[in-house]
Amino acid sequence: MRYLDKTVVGLSIVFVALVFADFFMAEWMRFIGLQSLARGAVALGLLVLWRTGLVSFGHALYFGFGAYAAAMLTLIGYHDAFLLVFAGTLSAGVLAFFLGFLLRRYRAIFFALLNMAFSMILYGVIVKTEELGSTDGFSVLTPTFLGYAPEGEAVQTTLFLFTLCFTYIITVGVHLYMKTTLGSMSMAVRENEIRVEYLGYSAEKVIHVKYVFSGLVAGFGGAIMALAVGQVDPDSMANWNVSGEFVFITILSGIGNVGATFIGAFVFELIRTYAFEYAPQIWQFILGGSLLAIIMFLPDGIWSLFSRFRKSEG
Amino acid sequence: MTVVLEVRDLQKTFGAVVAAKDINVTVNEHEIIGIIGANGAGKTTFVNMVTGYLKPTSGHIEFAGRNIMGLPPRTITKLGISRSFQVPQVFASESVFDNLMMAYAISEETGMGLLSPLYNDERAARVDGHLGRYQIAEYRNATASTLPQGVRKLLDIAMAAVSNPTILMLDEPTSGISVEEKFGLMDIIMEALHQDKTTVLFIEHDMEIVERYVSRVLAFYQGEVICDAPTAEALIDPGVREFVIGEEYHRTRTEIAANNGGEADNA
Repeated sequence: MRYLDKTVVGLSIVFVALVFADFFMAEWMRFIGLQSLARGAVALGLLVLWRTGLVSFGHALYFGFGAYAAAMLTLIGYHDAFLLVFAGTLSAGVLAFFLGFLLRRYRAIFFALLNMAFSMILYGVIVKTEELGSTDGFSVLTPTFLGYAPEGEAVQTTLFLFTLCFTYIITVGVHLYMKTTLGSMSMAVRENEIRVEYLGYSAEKVIHVKYVFSGLVAGFGGAIMALAVGQVDPDSMANWNVSGEFVFITILSGIGNVGATFIGAFVFELIRTYAFEYAPQIWQFILGGSLLAIIMFLPDGIWSLFSRFRKSEG
Repeated sequence: MTVVLEVRDLQKTFGAVVAAKDINVTVNEHEIIGIIGANGAGKTTFVNMVTGYLKPTSGHIEFAGRNIMGLPPRTITKLGISRSFQVPQVFASESVFDNLMMAYAISEETGMGLLSPLYNDERAARVDGHLGRYQIAEYRNATASTLPQGVRKLLDIAMAAVSNPTILMLDEPTSGISVEEKFGLMDIIMEALHQDKTTVLFIEHDMEIVERYVSRVLAFYQGEVICDAPTAEALIDPGVREFVIGEEYHRTRTEIAANNGGEADNA
């Protein structure tokens, strides 16, 4: 029972509600939902880094790596969603593990931009590789789910359910992890690395663990995105502005609660979709304006609306 | 008496600057040692070398029969030497209670234990006991950055002491503390460390504090230990009076310093 706190209960209720909603949801809504879950997963990794005092401007690296890893498997005849997403997640995690040995030595702007540099290397490699469709990318065929091969609308319904289950597990896992000693060390490293070293633990090791985690979830998000869109291409998967979107979502959500990340991702998708539809000439202006408004009026992100509400209640 | 720390021929140079030279010190269990010396004499350099923050240029450091030279601070901490800082190193935006919870958790957990919840009632009870011994229980829920200097110093030392180290090195525990508060603060620290039977080495500028709490003095001057003796003896040592306490006439003092400095260079 000690693991059942408000956040876990809240996440579970939303999870069950969304599972039911999946069967009645309009198709466009489900599509926005899928994208929110995919981007939200990446932002979840950024949230963990942020709590450790680090911002990455390059997580499109792992997002794109996961997406391309999953998509490339379909080229050689594998279509099972479980396998594709697992491969995307794991390969991005392995990449993060190796790059982590270098990145854990950097802080602040150096950490942020070194990530960006690596992500642009991936972008460059994809653009130069004609076998992977260069700037056009390539299509990802419809996945199967442990032998079940849905058709028509059922594809998205099943994929949404699939994504929802894994996202739920990851999110609850992250929430519980943050209460452990290793999870709480985010705070310790952010506040004072010297003290952490003199208490007997390596601050760099803490950062490395967080970094690998952020790579894993970004790879997961990328693989889901590849399946949801049915297409991978460098500009919407690995370019630096994609990394920027993840940071945008993290600021929008705030780092107060793991659930907020997905609310932030959903709001981001809504703003972008509607701004693009109703104001195609100035949609970036609207996006920028909303970020400005958030920073000015809700510096702790959307989540502060909830905590404010709770305070006025009590 | 058991020897816990043995330092032999320790040297540290930064380019042409000699920060530590021929340091030979033996520390016995349960000793309380005062490290004195003017600013820049090499006191903190000595503490930094023993705790692994600075790598000595040459020499030998042995702790509990094991060579610890070149090990990083985290390993040396795990082996049993902790330290506090002249400028308190705490988790500034967290409460005093959370600071100590974190400190206990890091020093207690290893391996898979790191994935068990940080909070448990037994650990919270240990933290409250610790807060009581360092007499900062009334600040339990205050944010560390808002604490008065004396309390922040106590928190820093309390955090260094959570692992119940064999040796605790305190870097100027009373710096920045008003004269009226100094003795009260030192009483609290010394009482708590005495209960734990901790060997203490602390850097201090106030000779009244040294006289009252310390059984042995290490006096540093220009990177060298110029006196290593029981307190009463050390405080009347001519070299110590000359270069550390400075109670000679100013004129004679500078003259002798110039002479001695010249001799040291020739040697």
